[in-house]
Amino acid sequence: MPDLELDRLDKSYGELRALRELSLTAHAGEILGFVGSNGAGKTTAMRIVMGVLASDGGQVRWDGRPLDLAARRRIGYMPEERGLYPRMRVGEQLEYLARLHGLDQPAARAAAGEWMEILGVSARRDDEVQKLSLGNQQRVQLAAALLHTPDVLVLDEPFSGLDPVAVDVMSGVLRERSRAGVPVLFSSHQLDLVERLCDSVGIVKDGAMVAVGSIEQLRAYERPRWLVDGPPGGGAWVDGVPGVHVVQADGTRTVVELDSTAAGAEQPLLQAALAAGAVREFGPVRPSLVELYRDVVSVPTEVAA
Amino acid sequence: MSGTVTTPDRLGAGATIRLVAGREITTRLRSKSFRLITGLLLLLVVGGGVALHLATASPSTKQIALVPGTAALGPALEAAGTASGQHLSAVPVADDAAARAKVQDGTAALALTGTPAQFAVVVKTRLDPSLTALLTEVRRQAALSAAITQLGGDPAAVAKQVAGATLDVQALQPTPERDAAQIIAGSLAGILLFIALQTGAQLVAQGVVEEKSSRVVELLLAAIRPWQLMAGKVIGIGVIGLIQVVVLVAGAAGTATATGLVDPSKIGLGATAAWALVWFVVGFAGYAVVLAALAALVSRQEDVGSVTAPVVMLMVVPYMLGITLGVQDPTSPVIVWLSFVPFASPIVMPIRVAMGTAPTWEVLVSLAISTALIPVLVWGAGRIYSNAVVRMGARVRLRDALHSV
Repeated sequence: MPDLELDRLDKSYGELRALRELSLTAHAGEILGFVGSNGAGKTTAMRIVMGVLASDGGQVRWDGRPLDLAARRRIGYMPEERGLYPRMRVGEQLEYLARLHGLDQPAARAAAGEWMEILGVSARRDDEVQKLSLGNQQRVQLAAALLHTPDVLVLDEPFSGLDPVAVDVMSGVLRERSRAGVPVLFSSHQLDLVERLCDSVGIVKDGAMVAVGSIEQLRAYERPRWLVDGPPGGGAWVDGVPGVHVVQADGTRTVVELDSTAAGAEQPLLQAALAAGAVREFGPVRPSLVELYRDVVSVPTEVAA
Repeated sequence: MSGTVTTPDRLGAGATIRLVAGREITTRLRSKSFRLITGLLLLLVVGGGVALHLATASPSTKQIALVPGTAALGPALEAAGTASGQHLSAVPVADDAAARAKVQDGTAALALTGTPAQFAVVVKTRLDPSLTALLTEVRRQAALSAAITQLGGDPAAVAKQVAGATLDVQALQPTPERDAAQIIAGSLAGILLFIALQTGAQLVAQGVVEEKSSRVVELLLAAIRPWQLMAGKVIGIGVIGLIQVVVLVAGAAGTATATGLVDPSKIGLGATAAWALVWFVVGFAGYAVVLAALAALVSRQEDVGSVTAPVVMLMVVPYMLGITLGVQDPTSPVIVWLSFVPFASPIVMPIRVAMGTAPTWEVLVSLAISTALIPVLVWGAGRIYSNAVVRMGARVRLRDALHSV
């Protein structure tokens, strides 16, 4: 299945530049987490992808071609502002939405039944949506995004408001869909979840992408860092080792940075550490997504003209 | 988890609009309030017709008890009654006591005792004013006849001569006679169309805001185009409105025919009803798209009124003029002009048609003007709707909605 590309999207609301040449690609079979603080532009970008909003510049492509309505119908979308007809029955509502996505009536009915089953809302089939709890409405919303077996998933905060069981169901669905080759783009503030679920992450700040890549790539420092726990002396023992700088020293725990990225470059460090005292822990340090996010987001952006 | 059937995506604009319209229709038909309101309106129309019939129907026959002494007045009384549009029936009774009893229990409106020339009138409470004149005339006739007989003449021959003396009126500008039935038909056409257009267009406005306030519109617009959503909604609610109008017009026409309220020779009931339907469709198309566009500017149900008020006012003016001036004087220039002005014509022209004062060519010209405007309205409304419907929060300014995205 093809990729979904967001290419240099621009959008302004009057004076406010909501998106600044934002580019992002959700590859086939990849779960791409879209993170950023409130108002960073995630929702704007997703609404532009869905054609609900027009961009001032840039292009959204699928399979190398500009995304048109027919292709958009093949996207499963969950808007940030959840929305269903409050006075329409769950089953009929899902069937109607499936039909708007091009399914014929028997297929729409079957799909609605299947997804109500998977998401555990079958018993509420004949109830009006407004009579459901918020959590169950959320499940129906999810079913609405999935029931036409979309080729692309664009989900704005799909996990917010879900109970742990529903989070598991949702995660399972996303994994299964991506294994089937579907590019999945979702935004979330739950970074632990993003870290666990996503293949790639895009961090957006003030309307521009500030970091994009696989979790592995993003979590690697430019220069390898190692944590050594054992030798006392606040890192003084490191002084003699060439190409090594202390980044942080706290009692017996020392974090150092190596100049070399070559394999085995850490061995002289280990020997120096062993010579200085008993080593209880020795290993590479990687920032968590949370640290990375804080790092990236807290740096002030230069004001664009 | 993904065993669902994927159908090739070939949902055309027509099919999309049908789907949207279908949802509107089934939702409304199923709603209790719709059925309740339609039922109530039908009841009102039929009940109103029946009540009107009872009120204006020929008054029931009044019985007049005559003792043997006044029995000779019978034929003269009945004839005088017929002449003045009252049904009087002479009932002979045995004596004064029997006559008083009949008046007392209400079977007789009054009793005449004594002699033909010197009768006394017995009533329960007071004498009906319409009968006062009649009885006075009968008494005078009796006196006159007696006098003529005394003078040696023939009362019957004199009466014949007197009856032959009538007025010859030459009107230079005769006003065509408006009978009550025409006024009723005209008012009814105006009221029905006003209510139907008003409720239909308001339903469209509410429907638009419902989708916006519940945010479902974003989900819908990810799959279909804004104009398709708007068109489906207007058509769906239009069909519902048409069903309502057909039911009410049929109810009104049926009641009018069944009760004899309307003289079919004076009013073309079928044509009036058919024109009312045509004008509903044209009027609804205009009002509905305008209200759909205006409603898209706001995000909350409470704000619908503020944006639709100007249009609703626009509807009230021709309505008020139509059912007052229009039914009293359908040929007045104001009414004739209004019946050609788009947005006013769907209410005013059917009144003129019902009153029988609109030549067919005038109706067709007016219809052509209103119809020609619809594509322009649809274009403008579609633009405003498309631009405004996904903007949540504060009310979107009309100018912004027309120009930008």
